[in-house]
Amino acid sequence: MTPLLIIVGYLALLLGLGVLATRLFRGTSRDYFVASNSIGPFLLLMSVFGTTMTGFALVGSTGKAFERGIGTYGLMASASGLIHAAVFFLIGIRLWAHGKRHGFVTQIQFFRARFESDALGYLLFPILVGLVLPYLLIGVLAAGKFVLPVTAGAFPDLFPNPGTRWAGGIPLWLTGLVVSLVVLTYVFGGGSRGTIWANTFQTLVFMCMGVLAFWLIANRLGGPENATKIGMQINDKGEAIQTHGYDRKAKRLVEHPTPRVVGRVTHPLSAEQVADIRENGNLRPHQARTVIDVEFDRRHPKTKATVGTFKREFGIPWLMFLSYMVIPLSVGMFPHLFQNWLTARRAKTFKLTVIAHPIFIMIVWVPCVLIGIWASGVLPVLPPDRISATLGAMVSTMIGDPVIVGLVGAGVLAAIMSSLDSQFLCLGTIFTNDIVLHRARRRDGDTARYDERRIVWIARAFIVAIVALTYGLSMWADKAGANVFDLAVWCFSGFSALFPLVFASLYWRRVTKAGAFASVIAAMAVWFYYFRESGFGGEYVLAGGLMPAALALAAGAVALVAVSLVTKPPSDATIDAFFPKR
Amino acid sequence: MPVASGPGYRRRAAVVTVAAIVLGVLHQDFWWWDDRTPVLGFIPIGLAYHALYSLLAAALWAWVCFWAWPDHLEDAAAEGDAR
Repeated sequence: MTPLLIIVGYLALLLGLGVLATRLFRGTSRDYFVASNSIGPFLLLMSVFGTTMTGFALVGSTGKAFERGIGTYGLMASASGLIHAAVFFLIGIRLWAHGKRHGFVTQIQFFRARFESDALGYLLFPILVGLVLPYLLIGVLAAGKFVLPVTAGAFPDLFPNPGTRWAGGIPLWLTGLVVSLVVLTYVFGGGSRGTIWANTFQTLVFMCMGVLAFWLIANRLGGPENATKIGMQINDKGEAIQTHGYDRKAKRLVEHPTPRVVGRVTHPLSAEQVADIRENGNLRPHQARTVIDVEFDRRHPKTKATVGTFKREFGIPWLMFLSYMVIPLSVGMFPHLFQNWLTARRAKTFKLTVIAHPIFIMIVWVPCVLIGIWASGVLPVLPPDRISATLGAMVSTMIGDPVIVGLVGAGVLAAIMSSLDSQFLCLGTIFTNDIVLHRARRRDGDTARYDERRIVWIARAFIVAIVALTYGLSMWADKAGANVFDLAVWCFSGFSALFPLVFASLYWRRVTKAGAFASVIAAMAVWFYYFRESGFGGEYVLAGGLMPAALALAAGAVALVAVSLVTKPPSDATIDAFFPKR
Repeated sequence: MPVASGPGYRRRAAVVTVAAIVLGVLHQDFWWWDDRTPVLGFIPIGLAYHALYSLLAAALWAWVCFWAWPDHLEDAAAEGDAR
């Protein structure tokens, strides 16, 4: 019960912050959408970082490290440190300058003006909304999957949760509902300023709580050295073994009298691997990136009886590692990040964000990846549809103190909500500006019939509708067994496939309207083909580990260049507006 | 917005591009792919290398911000304020 009270207290604090931000709201639509371009370096850093690090960063990374090992960090975190900062520098600052110069508040307004095309806006609108929606689902799912194990045992009569290991825990539907309502409340009242304040507070909370959880879990496992040592191993017979377990009642690590066999490799070990094991000890599949396939028994969560098997690939194929580098390019096309960038007061406001972002990623991801590989030694082998519960299970199993469990729980929810808020606000903003106001301007020649107050209320109505839709879809996605990390990768892949469009729009004068259409259609066609092949959101890679995102991006880039070169260049007026001479 | 040009700007852009590509190559880290030696007793070397790599990325962008900052963008955005 204590963890729950702390989480509820944290949510109440957040609501208080939202109320405070509402009092500072200046009443204009520009203040509601982009905080009147008034945000300084520190708030921009915290809000951009909080927005890019969602449940994917804490819950997804721990689960993926549990599933694949240390390569998870190189796949997403270190590549993102380099590429996100590059995108902020090369794309973010320029879009901010165009936004401030021309008065844009949405990405679609920029593309419509740059490519002299209304229709491009109508093409991009459903694509951007469609790609942000799974990103929103990730947040709601991650929150629910974390809170369920952390609160297990608290309400056995109210939430028996049959068929899970977490009897008495707060079910996903309730956590999702509460989180959605809290975020809705402060976004609804405070708009962009409320979102940025809440993001800053939440980013500080989740960074501190992540480090605290890491330190406490390491202590419970006998220190970080021992925790790494007891990770799952593979012996010279090809058996996956766990040498230790965690006694929850005695709150200590216990060594099994004989190692527990939990799985076996699917192909015989090579002579080289056997020699390595005999010389250096058992293989530790989570601690290198060599690919090893292991088959595990699937056990019933309550009776522990074997009910089938599943296979897991440890390590990272090299081509996957290489092609994953295109995925962080997605930040260049995130509509919510575009809106975040526009809140900056000056171009120089970006400096701190560009420099500190890779360091912040390291502070959050290294502990999570280590917790994931430590979990391999002490948790039961979770099947693919349950790996998102890894962090929650480690926190509830290892950290006995309910106050600390509550604080860490608040930290995880902070990470999740700091992305949800920007995305809700962004979708409300683009519905209002790119559909309602845009159509009014086309029809009446201006937006005189919409005063500032009415515009803000239209945005708020859209935000309420989007929150309701997100909640409904996340309940459906949970029943369909969606994996937080894999769903996120599909969402990022779609945005990264559109990267050639934003890059060319800023750096290539010759790119044409037809080229932009061709790029979007080609990229999305390739993306959708593979998304469907994956079963609409499962892990999917091509031969050798190649990520479909790389092909979708290549298709978009080739179509953009080829079609632009054979079609009519943009008008001089547009070139002058977007590339004026000094 | 004003287009930055001239030999000084182009040289800086070229140097920054080369530095970013070098960092992109260093990310591949095939030299420690199979190695599980722990650094500081608990961080497998493949993870320790990439944690250090994150710091290197921050250093690269700090250098870029101070050496090749696009000052002209500030002036361009100010035109919006003037309007």
